[in-house]
Amino acid sequence: MIREFTSAELLFIVGAIRWTLILSAIAFLGGAIGGLGIALARTSQGRALRRVAAGFIQVFQGTPLLMQLFLVYFGLAVVGLPINPLLAAAVALTLHASAYLGEIWRGAIQAVPQGQSEAATALALSYSDRMRHVVLPQAMRLAVAPTVGFLVQLIKGTSLASIIGFTELTRAGQIINNATFKPFLVFGTVAALYFMLCWPLSLLARRMETRMRRAITR
Amino acid sequence: MYQFNFQPVFDSIDLLLNGAWLTVRLSLMAMAAGLVVSVLGAVGKTSGIRALRVLIDIYVEVIRNTPFLIQIFFIYFGLPAVGLSMSPDSAALLALVINVGAYGTEIIRSGIESIPRGQIEAGRALGLSPVQIFRHVVIRPALRNVYPSLTSQFIYLMLTSSVVSVISANDLASAGADLNARTFASFEIYLVLTIMYFLLALGFSTAFGMIRRVFFDYPAGR
Repeated sequence: MIREFTSAELLFIVGAIRWTLILSAIAFLGGAIGGLGIALARTSQGRALRRVAAGFIQVFQGTPLLMQLFLVYFGLAVVGLPINPLLAAAVALTLHASAYLGEIWRGAIQAVPQGQSEAATALALSYSDRMRHVVLPQAMRLAVAPTVGFLVQLIKGTSLASIIGFTELTRAGQIINNATFKPFLVFGTVAALYFMLCWPLSLLARRMETRMRRAITR
Repeated sequence: MYQFNFQPVFDSIDLLLNGAWLTVRLSLMAMAAGLVVSVLGAVGKTSGIRALRVLIDIYVEVIRNTPFLIQIFFIYFGLPAVGLSMSPDSAALLALVINVGAYGTEIIRSGIESIPRGQIEAGRALGLSPVQIFRHVVIRPALRNVYPSLTSQFIYLMLTSSVVSVISANDLASAGADLNARTFASFEIYLVLTIMYFLLALGFSTAFGMIRRVFFDYPAGR
């Protein structure tokens, strides 16, 4: 029997935004921790450490997110864990976000003038004090706009979790479409919901970028 | 302990290699058509015609703020509902072109805006026709200025094209999915697929470097 597209169906789709947001939040937090580590390794003195971080970034930026999701999903079985779509999606998106945020933040750290680090070293600050109190606070200001921009890419990326069977916004749309056969309406609605999540962030990122550029060129 | 079994993958490596070729072909077609859409979009946005600018803005913002997966579902499943049916391969190409066109429009627009007005005025003073000015003074230096962003967007497009396997369009990821359905050597198959995509990305990156040396390796004006 073909169901109608009523408020109940709409509510089911809207409710699934919750899982898109949860997955995005997990990946962003995990990616922030991983990305900071990657960025610090990428800008460290150790040659091997820099190489490993660069390789990590190149692999995750040079392969499709969809393949990363499949690899982690099927990889769980390889390491003897039960197959779980949420866990697989969270791990894959966290690794993905770590690589992208690592690369963005590396750029921000390297954009802080060398003299700042040298001055901190001259004042006998340790590596961690130098990073925490001198370099990272300045790098953070530069990194905010592209980080928000990446968040948009990450939210859109969570839609691929539907392919390994995790029920978030996209998969909720597929489920309703399979029951109602109204693809134009259903996928139009889902697209509109993603737009409502992503567009404000895009505008915010652009505004911060313009303000930053004005501050730098002044 | 998990037993790795790469035999099914090696037995069907020609299937995967053919899939890789299909992905290369699909990506090249999408890049070529996407470049045309991007240049037209960027010209429209910088043309000063308000209605056109607003229309292009809506196109760019809608595409950049919705997932590619939803775009392809909308085109492949949604459009037939309003009388526009197409094969999976055509839907895949259309979706990729529309997607990369939106990003490309913004990239090339910033390239066009980076051309100093004085250059265009100088071209006019030298008696160049508007077409000549656009070709030699505006678009070529503009493309040169944004070449790194444009080509990394193109490589990102090639990686994104793996998503077209969800509508069973012919590409590398679909070839892998077919093989997976027959052999169930899932992890091994996707490991090899991931490596193949990585090599494709390296290949495209090398090719773009060569193209840059052929077309854009001339002394900069400033």
